[in-house]
Amino acid sequence: MKKTLQKRLFTGALVLMTAVMGGQPAHAAVNKYQAMVAADVKKFQAYFHKEFPDVKLDEFANGVYALDEDARKQWKEMEEFPPYELDVEAGKAIFNKPFANGKSLASCFPSGGAVRGKYPYFDEKRKQVVTLEMAINDCRVANGEKPYPGFKGDLAKVSAYMAYISRGQKIDVKVNSAAAYKAYLKGKAFFYGKRGQLNMSCSGCHMEYAGRQLRSELMSPALGHTTHFPVFRSKWGEIGTLHKRYAGCNDNIGAKPFAEQSEEYRDLEYFQTIMSNGLKFNGPASRK
Amino acid sequence: MKSSGIIAAAAILVLPSLAMAADKPAAPAAAQPVLSPTAKGKALASDVNKGNCLACHMMADGEVPGNFGPPLSQMKERYPDKAALHKQISDATILNPKSIMPPFGKHGVLTDSEIDQIIEYLYTL
Ligand code: HEC
Ligand code: HEC
Repeated sequence: MKKTLQKRLFTGALVLMTAVMGGQPAHAAVNKYQAMVAADVKKFQAYFHKEFPDVKLDEFANGVYALDEDARKQWKEMEEFPPYELDVEAGKAIFNKPFANGKSLASCFPSGGAVRGKYPYFDEKRKQVVTLEMAINDCRVANGEKPYPGFKGDLAKVSAYMAYISRGQKIDVKVNSAAAYKAYLKGKAFFYGKRGQLNMSCSGCHMEYAGRQLRSELMSPALGHTTHFPVFRSKWGEIGTLHKRYAGCNDNIGAKPFAEQSEEYRDLEYFQTIMSNGLKFNGPASRK
Repeated sequence: MKSSGIIAAAAILVLPSLAMAADKPAAPAAAQPVLSPTAKGKALASDVNKGNCLACHMMADGEVPGNFGPPLSQMKERYPDKAALHKQISDATILNPKSIMPPFGKHGVLTDSEIDQIIEYLYTL
């Protein structure tokens, strides 16, 4: 019969494929969510390569300094005596300082805390995105300490230290389940959605008009947005988290800012970091 | 959250946090110098809390203009119909649903009479 023949052929092909792939069942290689997400990433990055053909993929980690030579020079000078240096040192001390129960942040994280490349990830048990800052506070709470308040201070300093000792780790954030894909889609909707009194979207400023001038501000490309946080920003006069930057951008268009580690911002960070898959973590950084 | 610092420092697109009352006449004019509609329009167009048009458009001698949108010049010649200009400022998404230009009238950033004053200024460009 025709059907059996097809079936046989199919099985034959499967056996062959299995042999080729070293015994891995074919379906495990790429799940359907990962495939949909990979297609998005490809499109997203292709957009920026087309807009900025001279900028290499890794360079997008440097925001506006990848686009403007003058700004880049000033920034390079600033980085000679990095304004975040003291914060990294303070972060190291905090990382190793014992809690009341004798344990420390160091007891929660492997590899001496050089784990930036593992975050953010979707926790399939808790059904939510876990960021590095969230994991830091989870560790404190699990050990009977209070979580650090958000946006800056000790939370940003520890995160800066952990980013610093993880520099060069590759971004490779995965989406492996329906629940993870849902969080990804929420972040994606946030990124492309217009909001606030001024009715603007992240993608409007950081994609469509990336490289243009908004008054005196050159608009950074969204590709590479999450590689280098936390950031010491001259305008802040201190080091702050990615979510502080998100809140600032929301505020500037008359949209409601969300809290540090809110689900909205964690999903947004998940989406944005996935869009930068293939780049390297290079935080902390200085910005004007 | 201490956001006021961020806003002030950012000096980009900022907006009135006060809800705009409807089209009320301004407070007693006595204390303020009397400005022509054109001068008022210019002030509104440059004010970062109001039109802030300079954030995105080059306008005559306005300092550090942005370049999201086209330069605003020859407005009288290009927009002989004031209503069309009013519509563009009040809600740019009517003409271009994807427009990044804020819908100033629709979202209550500028009142109708403020938009009219801006148009008086635009007509001098
Ligand atoms: C009105 C325009 C505007 C909108 C809308 C906007 N931003 Fe920004 N954003 C800026 C400006 C200006 C800066 C500072 C210059 C730069 O680095 O682009 C900035 C900076 C950033 C940075 C820091 C870049 C770096 O290299 O350190 C991130 C991350 C960011 N924005 C994310 C977002 C996200 C996410 C959204 C949407 C929730 C958003 N922005 C919406 C104007 C905007
Ligand atoms: C955030 C950016 C932004 C701001 C702020 C802004 N615009 Fe625009 N404007 C644009 C863009 C972009 C266009 C191009 C058309 C489009 O995409 O809708 C445009 C188009 C226009 C046009 C039609 C242009 C032409 O040459 O025909 C007029 C008129 C205009 N804007 C007036 C204003 C005025 C007046 C203000 C301030 C009250 C203002 N705009 C504020 C971005 C902006």
